[in-house]
Amino acid sequence: MIAIQNISKKFGKLTVLDGASAQFNKGECIALIGPNGCGKTTLIKSILGMVVPNTGNILFNDVSIKNKFLYRNNIGYMPQIGRYPENMSIGQVIDMIKNIRNYNSQLDEELLDLYKIKDLLNKKMRTLSGGTTQKISATIAFLFNPDVLILDEPTAGLDPLAAEILKEKIIKEKQKGKLIIITSHLLSELDELVTQVVFMQDGKIKFHKNTEELKNDTQMPTIAKAITHILKATAHE
Amino acid sequence: MNRLIKFVVLDMIKNRTILGYTLLLAIFSWSVFGLEDNATKGVLTLLNIMLLIVPLVSIIFSTIYIYNSSEFIDLMVSQPVKRSKIWTSLFIGLSISQILAFVVGVGIPLLLFAPLNIALSMISVGCIVSIIFIAIAFLACAITHDKSKGIGVSIMLWLYFALLFDGLVLFLLFQFADYPIEHIMIGITMLSPIDMARILILLQLNVSALLGHTGAIFTDFFGTIIGTFISTFVLCLWAIIPFYLSLRMFNKKDL
Repeated sequence: MIAIQNISKKFGKLTVLDGASAQFNKGECIALIGPNGCGKTTLIKSILGMVVPNTGNILFNDVSIKNKFLYRNNIGYMPQIGRYPENMSIGQVIDMIKNIRNYNSQLDEELLDLYKIKDLLNKKMRTLSGGTTQKISATIAFLFNPDVLILDEPTAGLDPLAAEILKEKIIKEKQKGKLIIITSHLLSELDELVTQVVFMQDGKIKFHKNTEELKNDTQMPTIAKAITHILKATAHE
Repeated sequence: MNRLIKFVVLDMIKNRTILGYTLLLAIFSWSVFGLEDNATKGVLTLLNIMLLIVPLVSIIFSTIYIYNSSEFIDLMVSQPVKRSKIWTSLFIGLSISQILAFVVGVGIPLLLFAPLNIALSMISVGCIVSIIFIAIAFLACAITHDKSKGIGVSIMLWLYFALLFDGLVLFLLFQFADYPIEHIMIGITMLSPIDMARILILLQLNVSALLGHTGAIFTDFFGTIIGTFISTFVLCLWAIIPFYLSLRMFNKKDL
């Protein structure tokens, strides 16, 4: 569904992505992990077209995304830190995005209800706490029933209850056969969710394995332990 | 596209700065025509005020507005919206609101006090000067990542066009007084949209004594009709080229 072909990105002298390649397919739930500053968010932003790679290609459904925008109709994106126009209310932001998406089918308002956002519609974005902003981001990401969900640190800043709701929602969408890409540092959370792990370091994709393979290779019972094991090993290098 | 433009315009109308700007322009124009009983003199005074204030407000306000819209831009870029559409909508939205402010503030008293043809050309020149400096602001924003740097660049650009450029022209004139540089000066005048705007209005007013050195050469060289045509054309280029460059940069910008 999404093919990343040898993309590199430099910010000035700093190489953030260095020849990263990967293939993500329908029905997979992918955990994108790696140490801070390894290029996870840049990779995600490249898929969304927010960052333009210096070299390489990204294909969405076999078509290059370069200078395209309509493919984003199929993507729900939840940013790490949601930034919204400050003097707009929650309702206005949601209406504006609905307006722009021009989506005609049934909206997926499950998170809107579970997070009780309808009670907050008149609140201005600038008055919201970090957690509430995250809830809005999640709601918007799932609202249009997209085929691909890209979640950048989805549970960071959410209270345990809200995080649980989001996790259940992710599992539900995964069962519908959607492609889900998650980056997270809270490894214990990933155990129930992911089917594949992509490990990044220094802008390169070190490995891309499914979870069973990973557990077997490292002889660890959970993904969390397997990854900590690898992180420790790479830190010693 | 229309939805985005509508959003920007509505957002601007709610903005108090734009209301204040309208009010400021209105106070200036009404008092100018209240103090001067000669309409031509009034138009000239207003022209000078206009060529100082309109570029300043257009460039600074637009720069700040674009930087403050960075969240909006971020949000839109991750949605299925074409990048050039986001940028163009912001540009058109800003232009519409600034032009509205100008027409309400300066246009109404002009239409009441000045002869119709002069009022109309003043209004159109004011509008195009607004658009030019909005376009320059867009370019400044596309070049710089940092808000304070961007505003700094904008202020420098305004200073350059409004004040420094004239000094530079004078300097050149004195330095090369012994050489026939009249024709080069015509080319140099075209490098300043404010000078072009001034010449365009003065051509309509037929007050060649006030044209200044470059203006006089310009009129002498082109004559009134072709002069008007050329200065309008150059002004349009001044609006189109900076915006086009900024659009190209924005399409490649990392957010």
